[in-house]
Amino acid sequence: MSRLNITLCGVNFKNPVIAASGTYGFGREYNEFYPISRLGGISSKGMTIREKAGNPPPRIAETPSGILNSVGLQNPGVEHFIREDLPWLREQDTVIIANIAGGTEEDYAAIAERVNASEVDMVELNISCPNVKAGGAAFGTSCMGAERITSIVRERCPDKPLIVKLSPNVTSITEIARAVEAAGADAVSLINTLLGMRIDIRTRRPILRNNKGGMSGAAVFPIAVRMVNEVYNAVKVPVIGLGGICTWQDAIEMTLAGASAIQVGTVMFTDPYAPLKIIDGMDAYLAENNISNISELIGQVQLW
Amino acid sequence: MKYTQELCPIVRKEQLNQTTFRFTVASREAVRSMKPGQFANILVEGKTLRRPISVCEFSREEGLIRFVFEVRGEGTAILSGMSEGQRMDILAPLGNGFDIRPDERAVFVGGGIGVPPLLGASAPCGGNATALLGFRNRDAMILADDFRANGADVRVATDDGSFGHHGFVTQLLAQRLDEAPCDAVYACGPKPMLRLTAAEAEKRGIRCMVSLEERMGCGVGACLVCACKTKTPDGGEKYLHVCKNGPVFDSREVIWE
Repeated sequence: MSRLNITLCGVNFKNPVIAASGTYGFGREYNEFYPISRLGGISSKGMTIREKAGNPPPRIAETPSGILNSVGLQNPGVEHFIREDLPWLREQDTVIIANIAGGTEEDYAAIAERVNASEVDMVELNISCPNVKAGGAAFGTSCMGAERITSIVRERCPDKPLIVKLSPNVTSITEIARAVEAAGADAVSLINTLLGMRIDIRTRRPILRNNKGGMSGAAVFPIAVRMVNEVYNAVKVPVIGLGGICTWQDAIEMTLAGASAIQVGTVMFTDPYAPLKIIDGMDAYLAENNISNISELIGQVQLW
Repeated sequence: MKYTQELCPIVRKEQLNQTTFRFTVASREAVRSMKPGQFANILVEGKTLRRPISVCEFSREEGLIRFVFEVRGEGTAILSGMSEGQRMDILAPLGNGFDIRPDERAVFVGGGIGVPPLLGASAPCGGNATALLGFRNRDAMILADDFRANGADVRVATDDGSFGHHGFVTQLLAQRLDEAPCDAVYACGPKPMLRLTAAEAEKRGIRCMVSLEERMGCGVGACLVCACKTKTPDGGEKYLHVCKNGPVFDSREVIWE
């Protein structure tokens, strides 16, 4: 499938379909359905320097064509990942992206240093998690915060291509994208989840124990397409598009909007095989249309 | 590959009462490695999230799985509208299930829609099993005859006294544990019932396994939404996950809140 082969920030991907952070763990569970080597890459569950307990349940609520989640970055800590999961992941022949998060500048600096010295292929900096009190989106929703954290991580993690994952819960995502580009990001990925809330009318309580959560799934797809297109036109670094991609048609649409690669997340809960269907569908589409490589389609939407 | 996605033809659909349905589906793959107490994550047409439904009974020889579920919301309402001949899209077998020795004197405690997974779990115990089943009222009572057909000593409690013992099923449990020896208690039902069940068993030093519920995402342990607070061996607390670490937990591990 050379039609789907891409190089992103110097890293070769057999296809541009990446499992989105938080929906795929560290790949082990889905490897019980199919070899995860089929995927172009895997973005790990968001990790912090120390183990994190996460938020109390319920942590998920269904919404029309989507979900809200408030997991709150539960993870075993980066050392555990490097010791227990990374050696196994390395054997799976897929690009490994370490998604990293923190509560303070010091946390980000420490984890950046740690992953820089590890065997991961790329780093995805999460400054957009809506479910934690400290850090996360607190940094990612202002240009100054986003630029500062990106600079710190860039400095401590000089040897890995750095993707910065952007929050859609901002007035202008293009300004944030420009800020992280200026601070040294090699790529940006967007969108993280949109803040939302649901209320149980019988109990008059929010369904999520954390009251609010991040919305994802098919419902957010048009917002993601719009933001990817705006950011594509605003920065020079590659854009990784995600948010509600469910089908190969969505993946092609996201590519036309400006995505060099795409991430697939929530649809996995409906269909664990969705990424494989997307890969096969994209390849067939390229073959039918005599397009020799997916990169020819990046940003090729003709705006009115 | 441990997990299977399978399209299972519905061979029989029955309505057990106003809100409870029993679907018998044919399975070639998922049923092969299935254990009592496991569940399937079932696709609901038009919904993002599958619905986790516990396995009530299964037969490897016949290639059949039975699901019994209650219509609680939109998703289960859509599922209940499926007909014989249609195919259910299931991910299975998921979760750890019950580890039961057929020769143990086991007591099964079920409340409402927590009763179904105990039917398949208790079957191997035959006459060694006691099934204590609690329901809101007589109309809500399900599967009592099925437990009897397997040889279990069945005792029923209803909240309003319209059938059997007037009161909680946990009162039947205390009575049963006081009158004869018991090696293990297996329970599934609402949290307050599970907590009282665990307390009755634990104060007599009897092993108690509880099957928990939580709002679920992936169903396989990747997304970490179905968190359940548990005690760690070093005296700390940790969120485990109902879909992968459970749904069955040792009651002494669970932090009830």
